[in-house]
Parts: sequence; structure tokens; C-alpha cells
Amino acid sequence: MSTLFSDYDLLSALWMTIKLTIAAAIGSLVVGTLVAVLRMSPVPMLRFLGTSYVNIFRNTPLTLIILSCNLVLWAKLGINLADSKSPDFFDTNNFRLAVVGLVLYHASYVCESLRSGVNTIPLGQAEAARSIGLTFGQSLREVILPQAFRGSIVPLGNALIALTKNTTVAVVIGVAEMAAMLAKVTEDDPGLLNQAFVASAIAFVLLTLPTGLLVGHLGKKLAVKR
Amino acid sequence: MSAGVLFDAPGPKARRRHMILTGVGVLLLAAVLWVVYKRLDDKGQFTAAMWKPFTDPELWKEYILPGLVGTLKAAFAGMIGATIFGVIFAMARMSQIKPLSWAAGVIVEFGRAVPVLLMMLFLYGALTRGGAEDIHAFIATVTALVIYNGSVVAEVIRSGVDQLPKGQREAGVAIGLTDSLTLRSILLPQAVTAMLPTLISQLVVILKDTALGYQVQYGEMLYKGKNASTIFANIVPTLIVIGTIYILLNYAISKVAVLAEKWLQNRGRVAEDSAQGGGPAGGVTAGVATVGAPGVDLAVHNKQL
Repeated sequence: MSTLFSDYDLLSALWMTIKLTIAAAIGSLVVGTLVAVLRMSPVPMLRFLGTSYVNIFRNTPLTLIILSCNLVLWAKLGINLADSKSPDFFDTNNFRLAVVGLVLYHASYVCESLRSGVNTIPLGQAEAARSIGLTFGQSLREVILPQAFRGSIVPLGNALIALTKNTTVAVVIGVAEMAAMLAKVTEDDPGLLNQAFVASAIAFVLLTLPTGLLVGHLGKKLAVKR
Repeated sequence: MSAGVLFDAPGPKARRRHMILTGVGVLLLAAVLWVVYKRLDDKGQFTAAMWKPFTDPELWKEYILPGLVGTLKAAFAGMIGATIFGVIFAMARMSQIKPLSWAAGVIVEFGRAVPVLLMMLFLYGALTRGGAEDIHAFIATVTALVIYNGSVVAEVIRSGVDQLPKGQREAGVAIGLTDSLTLRSILLPQAVTAMLPTLISQLVVILKDTALGYQVQYGEMLYKGKNASTIFANIVPTLIVIGTIYILLNYAISKVAVLAEKWLQNRGRVAEDSAQGGGPAGGVTAGVATVGAPGVDLAVHNKQL
């Protein structure tokens, strides 16, 4: 076990996974909210834009998206996301490209989670808000959005768990996270493979289990009783 | 729909605003497409030479079609395996024998918590210890897909059974069936039918995840396409073509899931009107009518995975 920590740097691989998760979670929350606003707007054209985004990115494999980030965005279009003179240019650049890929992919899931939150609200809520004379802004702020937010906690939490696990796909462009560690062990030291797999599996259980429990708890506690 | 909750019917002012926003949307879309096109064109990605290989039957015969076959083969095997795995583990988890249900629970939760790619890499590494063969990549890809998606399917079926009316199980026990017979002949068929849309959308997940086989050099579409692009030096067009194939396939499957949902809803309504106590079919559809709606919610949740 100790060689796993010293030679294959299990902890820094785990830290990389966590960094990918946090960066991509923030990014996809922002982009996903924007797409959700488009997809739920009253203007058909904007709705079409949002729907197209979701249909395109949700139906493309994440592997293809992350690979394209590297092979197209960087290699062909020359979009550098890091200082090309710095010594760890490739690591930083690939990390950021992987984050871009994860954000593009998971934004569509964030959008759908928010939308399913809105869809849990009965039409009567909005009608009641209007009939007591609330303006559009007031009814959104006081009646609709609080319920929509509470309704989307569980799907958003599930999206976060999926994102945590999907960070492993970043290995296709060589980001040194858990899957890369496992691939390296397979190549260099097959005898350690079982240990490495068990260790990385436990790490993921430890990462996703608390999120799952917290989401379940919050989901139950904050659910709108109807 | 959601627009109903969020917005009033537009008046004249709002309609004018919507017209303006439509214009903005069109311009935005055009601008984004133009920038992407321009940048790719500047790098010569839209010259005829880049796209010429796609008129070459060799490219299709040697790379893309075999890749597509590889993808579909893994997806199909994964689907069959995941269904069998899911049904067995759902039954085990709902069994009255405590150790069995506990063990099944641990395996299912493990299968859902560990990333597919880690399982794939591990299985591939373990299989190729004594030297790699072509079949190893296929086995690793499919097994990882089966463990993960089978666990998800098991949970979907279990929640389907949970959502059935209590009377279904009680009726089974009351006519003298054993617990496992009640589960197999009364609860499972209803739960699976009710969860059909969710199970079909899980297919999209399986099909997308076959692309992870790229990492263990399984000859699926992405891997074959990437190989082809090194020969024809046209990575961008190749990725566009492959991406389009994936999108079309998955979009078609999602549409089938929606159709299945509509079909179930119609069936539920028909059953209430016409099939009054008509044998086992009446029972099945009555169950469907009640659990159809939560199934929609679940479909949304499961697409996350």
C-alpha cells in the first residue's frame, strides 16, 4: 500500500479528481443555469437554442467531447488556456481543457435538473400568485423559484455525483487523476493492480457517499409537501 | 408546461419584446456558428481535401462501419447483460433472506459508486496480465458496462416495485403464492412494464459509455475514427461525423423512450375504460396507470448517470 502512495502518488491523483470536480461543478452550474433560462423562456427561438444545446451535448459521449477539446480546441484552433511558457504548460492546459469538456457536457444535465424542479410546481401556484396581484418578478421571487429550487435539489445532487465519477474520463487527455493513476499502475506494476483498484474504488465511495446522503437528507427535509 | 407556470400569456408589449429577443437569438446563433466556422475554415478544415476521404468507401468499410459495429455490439451485449444483472440483483435485494439481500445491496451500491472507467481499466489490466488479446478489450468494456448499468437497472426495478399499489403483493399472498412467486409472477412484470421508459433511456447511457472503451483500445467508433484520422489527417471532420452518428442514434433512442411513455399512458387509460377485470392484463395495466407518472421523474434522474 505504501508504494501506492509514494511511487504512484495516490493522494495527488485524488486531489486532482477533487479539483476537477469542484471547477467543473461551478462552471456547469453557471452554464447550465443560462441554458435552463433559455430553455424555459417564453420566446420559441431561445427555447429552440436551449433545447438544441441539451440535445447535442447530452447525446454525445463525454469521451468524444473531452478528446475534441484537446484535439480541436487546442491542437487545431490553437486556443491556449494556460501560459505556454510556463514549465507545466501541458498539465495546466490539459486540466483546463478537461474542465471545459466536463462543463459543456454536464451543463445539459444541470439544465434538465433545474427544469425538472420547475416542472414539479403545480400550475395553481402561479395562478394563485397572479390572482393575489403579485407582479411577474414578485411571483417568481416569492412563489415559483423557492419551490423550483427545492424541487431540483435531488436531481442536482445526482448530477454532482455523476460529475464526480465522470472526472475519470479526463484520463483520455492525460490529466493525472485517479483513472490515470490506475492506468499507470497497470502498465508499470501489474502486481499492484488489485490494491490500486480497491484504493481508488474506496476513494470514490468516500467522495460520492457523503454527497448522496446529504442530498437524500436535504431532498427529504426540503421537499415541498403536496 | 413550464412556460405556463413561469409566464403569463403575452400581451402586445410582451409580444414585441419576444420578437426582439427572437432576433437576438437568431443573431447569437448565427454569430456562434460563424465564429466556429471561420476559425475552423482559417485552419483549412473545410477544404474539399479534408472531406474527400468520406467519399472513399475504404474509410467507411475499414474504419467507421466496423467502429459502429463495435459500438453497437458492445452496447447490445451491455444491454442484455445489464437487464439480466439488474433483474437478478433486484430480486436478490428484495429477497426475504437477509444475508442475500444485504450482499446484493452492497454489490449494487458498489457498482453505482465506482466510475465505469475505473472498472474497465481494472478489468482490462487483470485480463491482460498474461498477454493481451483482442477479445480482452471487448470483455472489459462490456463487463464494466454490465456491472454499472445493471446496478442502476436493479435500483430502477426495485423502485418500480416499491411504487406498485400494496394490494398487488397482498393479493398474491392471499391466493396462496409464496413470496418469491408473488415477486416473479405479479410484481416484477408490472414494475418492468411501468419502468420501460426509464429502462430504454438507460440504453442511451450504455451506448454513450461504450466510447469509454477507447481507453482500453476496444475497437469502437471513436477509437476506429481516431485511427482513420491519423491516416487521412482529417481529425476535425472525422470527429464531426462520428459525433453526428452518436447524436442521431441516441436521439432516436430517447424518442423511443418518449413513445413508450405515451404508449403506457394510453394503455393505462384504455385499461380503465374497457378492460374491466380482464385477466392478468387488466391487473398489469391498472398498476401502470398509477406508477406511470413517477416513472417520468425517475427517467429524468437516471439520465444523469
